[in-house]
Amino acid sequence: MTAAEIVFVLLGVVALAAAVLVVTTRQLVRAALYLVLSFGAIAACFLVLTAELVAWVQVLIYVGAVVVLLLFGIMLTRAPIGPTSDLDSRNRPAAIVVAVATAGVLVTVLVRGFGDAYVDLGEPSTGSASGIGANIFRYWVLPFEILSVLLLAALVGAIVLSRTDIGPPKDGDG
Amino acid sequence: MSRAELLADDPIWLILLKVLCIFLFALLTAMITVWAERRLIGRMQNRPGPNRVGPFGLLQPIADAIKMPFKEEIVPRTADKVTYRLAPVLALSPTMIGLAVMPFGPEVSIFGERTVLQLVDLPVGVLVVLAAASIGVYGVVLAGWSSGTPYPLLGGLRSAAQVISYEIAMGLAIVAVILQTHSLSLGDIVDSQQGLWFGIALFPAFFIYLVAMVGETNRAPFDLPEAESELVAGFHTEYSSMKFVIFYIAEYINMIVVSAMGTTLFLGGYMAPWPISLIGDNYFNSGWWPMLWFIGKIGLALFFFIWLRGTLPRYRYDQFMKLGWKFLVPISLVFIVALTVINVFDQLSTTGILISAGFFILLLIALVMMIPDRREPRAGRVPLSGGGYPVPPIDLQIPSKPRRTKQARSRAGRRQTVAAGAKEGDDGVS
Repeated sequence: MTAAEIVFVLLGVVALAAAVLVVTTRQLVRAALYLVLSFGAIAACFLVLTAELVAWVQVLIYVGAVVVLLLFGIMLTRAPIGPTSDLDSRNRPAAIVVAVATAGVLVTVLVRGFGDAYVDLGEPSTGSASGIGANIFRYWVLPFEILSVLLLAALVGAIVLSRTDIGPPKDGDG
Repeated sequence: MSRAELLADDPIWLILLKVLCIFLFALLTAMITVWAERRLIGRMQNRPGPNRVGPFGLLQPIADAIKMPFKEEIVPRTADKVTYRLAPVLALSPTMIGLAVMPFGPEVSIFGERTVLQLVDLPVGVLVVLAAASIGVYGVVLAGWSSGTPYPLLGGLRSAAQVISYEIAMGLAIVAVILQTHSLSLGDIVDSQQGLWFGIALFPAFFIYLVAMVGETNRAPFDLPEAESELVAGFHTEYSSMKFVIFYIAEYINMIVVSAMGTTLFLGGYMAPWPISLIGDNYFNSGWWPMLWFIGKIGLALFFFIWLRGTLPRYRYDQFMKLGWKFLVPISLVFIVALTVINVFDQLSTTGILISAGFFILLLIALVMMIPDRREPRAGRVPLSGGGYPVPPIDLQIPSKPRRTKQARSRAGRRQTVAAGAKEGDDGVS
């Protein structure tokens, strides 16, 4: 094993352990912080694979925005300090089955699909901004556009749901 | 040799020396900024400011640095202890990452070793600075939450929303620069400003960056997370002694980082300013001179921060959010599209020109539609019943005044003399 492989495996272990802690911890804010750790470890995995752009975008979007919004939501509602008793639901066995099945499907697809695909890490252009940009807008432009439409729909939906002064007049409105 | 090659063969002692220099630069500049801010704000408010310790009060930061650690450290009983201790570290450490990728100067020789005045020149340096800034918000948010008291929690909440909103505006302003340089490396961005600085060439982006950088660092007039007239001291209300110092320093180093970033992106980085750059065959753009220009420009940006604080009153929270989402973000989006069209204009066919003209007209229509009408948005839609709350009806008739007897009128007259006509306005309504 090379040094890069050892570091990669260790980072993977950190990411996985943090992900398990996210769902097992009894403190809501700690769960969000373990999620940060997991995302950070995944970003570091990308760095080991010389995909610098993806790594820093991962930090910028997931660590810097998504989890901050999660924390914002937690603090806006209850902001509990200390363990919360009602975090566990009775659906734990079903959830474990679904999670294992999903993981199984993903791992199988990845191994079958890309199991024998190798990327030469010595070549600096694979993970660079220009390389990834060219790939996205040349070969993967349809998924990209579908994703952006999906996000736009989510955005519009959120605005419609959160605004009470549009839509049909409700009972008691003048 | 290129910048990356020069940096790649740095010996380990040189890297350590650069790390030490960046660390000292950050701390010393933060200390000087604290002193300069107190003196300048004092000058702007017609008072002396600190002037007891040393000449012009120059040693005041050192006196503070000795005083603060000896203060009692109080941890609230309601606090989440681990997070409470972690928060100051999370606030301070990411700020240093931003300085690590800043180019301080071009190629120089240090003890016979050719190198560039920069710790690392990552190909995605811009993203690193943005990512580090976005991690820094954890310090504020967690400090607010883990204190376990209401005021810090409100401060942390405000900070989370604020930093995320203004990061979008800041990122879009930076996209305009990246469109011109075709590179995310800060070294390349400086090199491509040999002629006109982006601060002049891309003025709207520069303006948006200036506003966003003040919002991002929680400074006045956008210092809502620590608005002292509303939230005591905001997110660091419960912090004392050394932990408070760390938050304080983190705020100033954060200011230095965004100033250095603005300098690098828009003010030509370490390039000499215009008339000086003409002297003697680029003499002032080589060797150690550029570091002087770079630090000078950072100083100007820091002065801008202090000047703003001394001049503008604090925004209200909703005005602040409105400014970010309804003004800065749309303006920068429109600017990016316009910039792209201008960049490819000479390659466009007639159809392309027609399409962009049509787009421009659509944009104008959209802008006209966005002009807010003066009408109250909820006029006529206020629930008459009040939805369970005791709300007076809209068409409230003020009952006519009961007729006064002569005795009551004279009593009222006496009262009015005492109140010095204060109730005149009230009577006028009926």
